[in-house]
Amino acid sequence: MNRRNFLQLAGMGAGAMMLPIPLIGKEVSLEHMLNPIMSVADKKKLANIGLNTAKSKGATYADVRIGRYLNQYVITREQKVQNLVNTESFGVGIRVIANGTWGFASTHDVTKEGIAKATEQAVAIAKANSKFQKEPVKLAPVKGYGDVSWKTPIKKNGFEVPVSDKVDLLLKANSEAKKNGATFVNNRLFLVNEQKYFASTEGSYIDQDVHRIWSFPTITVVDRKKGKFQSRNGLGAPMGMGYEYLEPKAADKIAGPTGTNITLYRNSYDLVQDCIDGAKQAKAMIGAKSIKPGKYSVVLEPNHLGLTIHESVGHPLELDRVLGYEANYAGTSFATLDKWKTKKFNYGSNIVNLVADKTQVGSLGAVGFDDEGVKTKKWHLVKDGVLVNYQAIRDQVHMLDQNESHGCCYSQSWNDVQFQRMPNVSLEPGKEKYSVNDMVKDVEKGIYIVGRGSYSIDQQRYNFQFGGTLFFEIKNGKVTGPVRDVAYQSNTQEFWNSCSKICDASDYRMFGSFFDGKGQPPQVSAVSHGSSTSRFDNVNVINTARKI
Amino acid sequence: MSILSKEEAKQILEKALKFSKANDCIVTLNGSNSGNVRYARNTITTSGMRSSLTLGVQSSFGKKTGTTTITEFDDKSLEKVVRRSEELAKLSPENPEYMPPMGPQTYKDSPTFAKSTADITPEYRAQVAADSIEPAAKKDVTAAGFLNDNAGFNAMMNSKGLFAFNQSTNLSFSVTMRTNDGTGSGWVTRDYNDVKKFNSAQASQIALDKSLLSRKPKAIEPGKYTVILEPVAAGSLIGNMIGNMGARQADEGRSFLSKKGGGNKLGEKLVDERITIYSDPWNTEVPSATWDGNGLPLQKRTWIEKGVVKNMFYSRYWAKKKDKEYTSGPANGIMLGGDASIEDLIKSTKKGILVTRLWYIRTVDPQTLLYTGLTRDGTFYIENGKIKFPVKNFRFNESPVIMLNNLEALGQQQRVNGNLVPSMKIRDFTFTSLSDAI
Repeated sequence: MNRRNFLQLAGMGAGAMMLPIPLIGKEVSLEHMLNPIMSVADKKKLANIGLNTAKSKGATYADVRIGRYLNQYVITREQKVQNLVNTESFGVGIRVIANGTWGFASTHDVTKEGIAKATEQAVAIAKANSKFQKEPVKLAPVKGYGDVSWKTPIKKNGFEVPVSDKVDLLLKANSEAKKNGATFVNNRLFLVNEQKYFASTEGSYIDQDVHRIWSFPTITVVDRKKGKFQSRNGLGAPMGMGYEYLEPKAADKIAGPTGTNITLYRNSYDLVQDCIDGAKQAKAMIGAKSIKPGKYSVVLEPNHLGLTIHESVGHPLELDRVLGYEANYAGTSFATLDKWKTKKFNYGSNIVNLVADKTQVGSLGAVGFDDEGVKTKKWHLVKDGVLVNYQAIRDQVHMLDQNESHGCCYSQSWNDVQFQRMPNVSLEPGKEKYSVNDMVKDVEKGIYIVGRGSYSIDQQRYNFQFGGTLFFEIKNGKVTGPVRDVAYQSNTQEFWNSCSKICDASDYRMFGSFFDGKGQPPQVSAVSHGSSTSRFDNVNVINTARKI
Repeated sequence: MSILSKEEAKQILEKALKFSKANDCIVTLNGSNSGNVRYARNTITTSGMRSSLTLGVQSSFGKKTGTTTITEFDDKSLEKVVRRSEELAKLSPENPEYMPPMGPQTYKDSPTFAKSTADITPEYRAQVAADSIEPAAKKDVTAAGFLNDNAGFNAMMNSKGLFAFNQSTNLSFSVTMRTNDGTGSGWVTRDYNDVKKFNSAQASQIALDKSLLSRKPKAIEPGKYTVILEPVAAGSLIGNMIGNMGARQADEGRSFLSKKGGGNKLGEKLVDERITIYSDPWNTEVPSATWDGNGLPLQKRTWIEKGVVKNMFYSRYWAKKKDKEYTSGPANGIMLGGDASIEDLIKSTKKGILVTRLWYIRTVDPQTLLYTGLTRDGTFYIENGKIKFPVKNFRFNESPVIMLNNLEALGQQQRVNGNLVPSMKIRDFTFTSLSDAI
């Protein structure tokens, strides 16, 4: 699904009046979703047809992905269910190397004949494209794993929870928000299940069952007298979890710094409480003081900092961007290979450790194996402030003089070709014992920023501007109250070098991006970013209030 | 073959509709054939073709609605998809804002389909890539680009007797040219219904020239500047403004068109009186389909006339509730321009900045339509009517409403993403910081 279609479905885009026809997949009944379509043994038989056909047609490598992609969306506003959508997409994608060149074809006809035909097409495309190839594809070695499987460690399958329970939860949250002063509430729930079978000529047969969930409310307060409105987005995060994420536990609720009176969430989310809080906070924000522009220490909460990590660390360290493959769309990167080769490029201050990790439990990017059969792992991108590595896949790592793929190859569905996508990229917690109050107590002039807001960064990832959901002024070590009209602007290297203090592991939690876009034609992927509350000094803050 | 004729589409839709037992039923049929080529680092990186044909069924019992889609078209499949949508409808909660389907309508065709575009071959696509790569390589420049072409049709029919059909073709192209010393970058975009209007070599040359001209940019202080926005730069901000002209959001108090105390700004002066923006599905430069997702025949409609808000979008539900005419969003946007070329606009500028393109545009404040983003791929300093030197890119924070009140002059129109937008000169455009990005 692409972002525009998602917006239409969620009733947020200009096309909201159109028929709600989903993008990937056909809509299906609930019972149908819970029944497996094909056994693993049958998938293996069919996959072998693809692998053997490829080899007999002259391919030197082939992989076959048989995928079933299920989505469920519940879209509400106030006391209305605007849309209930179940979609399913089932098919197979075959990727080959012939004459040293990639070829790809896909089909929804998951039969012997269908797979053989698509494989022949993939080989033919590879051969045709090889005329334009300058250098043959070079794959890093990977072990054949035989028959293996992996499953997101969920406790409760969201697709098995009755839709009425989900509708009830969302409408209850909406009604509580209204009782507490909200004028409007848009509340959406997204569930994703990827059932992926992967086989390759390297000797791997990998069966995976991947789950993701996102509960996303927006609470709006309108003050007609003042002619003003304020929206406050939910403070939960999309997660690689089951429905247990929406069953709140007291231990997962985290208090903000003294004086903020806010509740934040870790591994479970109290949607109803957050909507109540959201209504009260949106109201408070309307009347809050407008920020005075200038230099501030900014104390960034993980559900905010995650997006800054995504844009200023995750994207610039994608090797395909660095090399220029994304130059016409997303852009290139300031973090060039020559900087990396010096082994001295100070990406951040020496307390900054940024890691890529495809194994992190509960994260959106966690899988056992990537979409080209590489076992996933964790590795450093920035160590003690220094740039040490990138994100790369099998046909790229040789450009870094490395011989092991990083395992971050992904495709949004069986009918799109897999390519390098961002793994979870996270800031490691501080080694010294610091609480959120320790972040604030020695700040003379600062702002505590919570949740995601507007975000924009240049095509080489130098200059960025971020807003947020909630802002609190800090004066002489204390939070004095909410402020508004805040955005901060900085330069990536300057910003990460101004990182002066990071909370310890007790404050660590994840932010997520559910629909991250890349490529032409574009594909989406989901990725998490963990961090503990962190402080950055001497950051340029602008005032965004205008009159029209 | 995924592009059906009007009669073929009608037959399938009639057959599906016959299976319906619901109170209301809407069936849609959409098909397309598309092809693309992508290149980077002066070589083709991917190319592909894709076909799709999808039937959608929306069944309703009272105010309960279910929607399903399918990609198979035998009788059994058609019946199955209709039954499934009926099952879903029965399971769904009532939607109090449900509107029954509209009755039969008449439509006047628009020239959206060009056979020449439907006939594009893989060889043609490869040539487009070569038209960028070859001249780039000769000048020590690296090209990265994308061409996507599409031929398709949309059809809908409902249980009240409405039938609508449209065939269309489209191609979109963009290329980024970067000098190999890493100090210059140029870009161009083109889109057409008819590929005969597309000259890929000429378009690529513009990006190439810009990349060479923009080498080694100087840093100048951010601040308020007179800017000349090329049509694509202006269009990105103005498109966001037009896209936010929904009446419901405004009436609910959560739009830039909401009025203090309630209501919306329909009929009020919003921007400079030289600004007129309208939609016209039959404009031969930017033809569009002549019906919307509900089957409503679209009309030529003015959104902003001489600076005044003339029309806003009303969904069927909101129009009924507010006793207004159902007004669909714009199928295309046409903004009146002037006779001045970009060169003319430069000549009449004492001190200013020429902006090729704005990028990574995001809303900062929906209340004032404040957007942020950056200039990219060709930003130049103008002094005494001449381009003096390339400058480093800027981050801007600006509202299209404020910008269109600070209008100095309008230039010639150009097609941008299915719309016609003029170049324009704006005073006091707000740049808030510098970017090192090339």
